Amino acid sequence: MASQTQSLPIQRPSEEEQIYIASQWKLIWWRFIRHRIAVASSIVVALFYIVALFPEFFSIHDPRAEFASRTFIPPQRIHFFDGLAPQLPYVHGLEGKRNPVNLAMEWQKDETTRHTIQYFVRGYEYKMFGLLTTDIHLFGLGVDTSAAPQPFYPLGTDRMGRDMFSRLMYGTRVSMSIGLVGVALNIFLGSMLGGLSGLRGGMTDAVIQRIIEFVRAIPTIPLWLALSAAVPRDWSIMRVYFAITIIISLIEWTRLAREVRGRFLAMREEDFVLASRLYGTSEIRIVFRHMLPSFLSHIIAATTLAIPGIIIAETSLSFLGLGLREPAISWGVLLFEAQTLQAVAEASWLLIPGVFVLIAVMAFNFMGDGLRDAADPYAART
Amino acid sequence: MLQFIFRRLLIFIPMLLLMSVVAFAIIQAPPGDFLTDYIAQLQATGELADESEVEALRSQYGLDQPLYVQYIKWVWGIVQWDLGLSIEWRRPVVELVNERLAMTIVLGVSTILFTWTLAVPIGILSAVKKYSAIDYFFTILSYLGVGTPNFMIALVVMWFAFSWFDIKVTGLFSEEYISAPWSMGKVVDMLSNLWVPMLILGTDGTARFTRIVRANLLDEMSKPYVETARAKGLPEWKVVLKYPVRIALNPFVSTAGLELPRLISGQLIVATVMSLPTLGPLLLRALLSQDMFMAGSIVLILTTLTLIGVLLSDIVLALMDPRIRIGA
Repeated sequence: MASQTQSLPIQRPSEEEQIYIASQWKLIWWRFIRHRIAVASSIVVALFYIVALFPEFFSIHDPRAEFASRTFIPPQRIHFFDGLAPQLPYVHGLEGKRNPVNLAMEWQKDETTRHTIQYFVRGYEYKMFGLLTTDIHLFGLGVDTSAAPQPFYPLGTDRMGRDMFSRLMYGTRVSMSIGLVGVALNIFLGSMLGGLSGLRGGMTDAVIQRIIEFVRAIPTIPLWLALSAAVPRDWSIMRVYFAITIIISLIEWTRLAREVRGRFLAMREEDFVLASRLYGTSEIRIVFRHMLPSFLSHIIAATTLAIPGIIIAETSLSFLGLGLREPAISWGVLLFEAQTLQAVAEASWLLIPGVFVLIAVMAFNFMGDGLRDAADPYAART
Repeated sequence: MLQFIFRRLLIFIPMLLLMSVVAFAIIQAPPGDFLTDYIAQLQATGELADESEVEALRSQYGLDQPLYVQYIKWVWGIVQWDLGLSIEWRRPVVELVNERLAMTIVLGVSTILFTWTLAVPIGILSAVKKYSAIDYFFTILSYLGVGTPNFMIALVVMWFAFSWFDIKVTGLFSEEYISAPWSMGKVVDMLSNLWVPMLILGTDGTARFTRIVRANLLDEMSKPYVETARAKGLPEWKVVLKYPVRIALNPFVSTAGLELPRLISGQLIVATVMSLPTLGPLLLRALLSQDMFMAGSIVLILTTLTLIGVLLSDIVLALMDPRIRIGA
């Protein structure tokens, strides 16, 4: 008889019971994955960061290699069909002619030649993370490149004959990482000042609140411009990069600070905080052990929503010529080339980096919205 | 009410002072002073040879005095609407700024009005027809509007207008009016060109405001008093417009003040792309050529404009909502 009780199947908790026993983070996760657009956006963001990690691998040409006879090539069409017959993706060769009137290059596809796109091909040599020397690229044409670069420009070339696609890949690294570095500075400033404001209250709070009001009343771009105009022109790319990031963060931290302060203010009144205070827990332990975990998810959501602002800021500054500058490559630096109507009218593909900005910003926004909705899993669903 | 305005003014003045310090810091920020480049340039062309002339220039601009004296002189000048000389243009900054300042204000105010007249009805419509095709359409549109940098929209619009319709949508005036004195014709001409930059500048604000109105109204609509009004047989349009909309517009006014800094920021880039005669392109040029006196003055003007805007919106909010003028 005893063996019979032992052999009873172990009952898994029912779906309802699972909700009761799940941890906070599990609840947040469940709620987040129900937000389909947010999940899709997270995948897009992840893809962007993969490109940002390995731009060399994804690019076709050396992004800084100029080629005087290959200027302003329009984006090449990649063919998947020949008539109606499906094919491995291929491109036609390029044929350039100089217009005898205005001496501009005019590009036509050479229907007779056909290059099939190959994967994991050898191209220019690069160092991955400055360590590993290799020349493998995700795709290319695998043609002889000793005389001229392979005629493969899926997004066209700029006025120096540089490949826009490869430049975009490299620009992704700078633009996406500026978002991260900037947001790290934001978290530091925002949580320090916001936390201080919310915890201490009184005079400290009043002073910090006035500072925040002041910073928010400043039109950001004029101030950013003025500050970045003060960055010496002879600084190295890295130094300018960090200077610009710091300049952007100096203004952007206020939103996060408000969020943190609001959370602390609300949390101060909670029973469990009062309980641990009566218990004699030290202030630091209350903050980090009891308060922080309960609103960390909100901070993560606010942080995600702060990244697009930083990306747009960098793009705008560089677009105006006061942020990053050549030879640095970022989306904004690339758009700098498209500053005038003339340039855009002649080579509309120079606007493509803007599409990347748009996609990245929207992906971050949707992801942040999803995180924000999921951040408080105990609240009623709306 | 008067007391509230007085209290707000008390905050406004130190803020303005702080702003002027920031702007002065901008003038001082580049290495060397703003005359260094100018003098080097003059020496290179041989216009300026000896030390005494350099010294004369320096004392003319007050650069031989300590910083705080320079600051006080500068602020005193601004109070009298004397913004100093532009090194690049060799003209008083005031002359360059005056007309552009008016344009900046005209464009800013008309954009805000445009934003409101568009955002309120759309927001109400989206909230009333929640989860309908119209709502989804505007939701997607507003996400796009918030996500796209203003200058991208400007570039794309210019490109479309140029390549499809062969029109150049740059500037605020037609060619025959650019240097003409002010007349009725010029005003009409400006108004007929103003709507394009207004539309472009307004997208981002309209999108954001639409979201705010929609969210606020949805919150209000689910409250019991709305149900009561409906139960008493009020027509649906009256149920919505009479009470919930009025309350939903409240947070709207309070964020209007913060819309101004954004607008001025956006205007700077859009105006540069579309070469509008506003302060933005002038500031950019001044910064690029390190004409810091001009740059600092323009930054101060722009920030003062926004501070005044924030002050005004606070007062309007206090007029609308008694809780604020008594509470704060």
